[in-house]
Amino acid sequence: MTSTTSSRSTGVGRVLIAVYALLALAATGRAFFQIASDFNDAPVAYSLSALAAVVYIFATIALIKKGDAWYRVAWVTISFELLFVLTVGVLTLIDPELFPEKTVWSYFGRGYGFVPLVLPIVGMIWLYIKRPRN
Amino acid sequence: MIEWFTWVQACFAVAVGVIAIVLGLIGKKPNDLTMGATAFVAVLLVAQLVIAIVSPVFGNTPTGNVLEFYTYLVTAILIPPLAIIYGLVDRTRWSTAVLGVACCAVAVMVVRMNQIWFVQVA
Repeated sequence: MTSTTSSRSTGVGRVLIAVYALLALAATGRAFFQIASDFNDAPVAYSLSALAAVVYIFATIALIKKGDAWYRVAWVTISFELLFVLTVGVLTLIDPELFPEKTVWSYFGRGYGFVPLVLPIVGMIWLYIKRPRN
Repeated sequence: MIEWFTWVQACFAVAVGVIAIVLGLIGKKPNDLTMGATAFVAVLLVAQLVIAIVSPVFGNTPTGNVLEFYTYLVTAILIPPLAIIYGLVDRTRWSTAVLGVACCAVAVMVVRMNQIWFVQVA
């Protein structure tokens, strides 16, 4: 393979990375707007938006970069995503008052066509297929 | 914001998006058609930006949050050029699919911008 990028960024993996990059951009945009407009309105939801942005950015980078360390970072960030989309999704169903303002993960990512829910699962399958061989 | 223009723009972006994803999946590398169409999606977004800046002068003001509107618009404008650059660097079928994904994302964002401008749902 090429020297600078990983085997994870080949074939259909490139589309996966593009979708991750898009979600990173979308989450960053939302976090920027929420924090710039009125952070004190819903600090928990807004902090969560910012956290989501950081997680997606790291996941995108980890998928592109080669090496076992980045492979582990990819697993950690994608697992984190799945955990959060499920936790926040369930919490928003049980108690909508907890998150008065939307985050990328509210209602399992409904505002984003459920992409935030599907993406970590697809990402994990991809990481499994592309696991480093010894 | 001009409503019919926004819908034409959203429909065009969806059409380009779907066509590019299909062309990518059947193995077409990025070509003048897919790259050009994506570039045109970007041109329409710039037109949208000009319209958004000029509209308030004529009393056409957004019902929703202006900052939120521009966050969407500026982010959307970044997407097609990034996809096109990627299509120039990586000459594989997957870049064509990436162009398609980018255009679909733009379409969603344009619809959202339309909501912010015209119908404010809290």
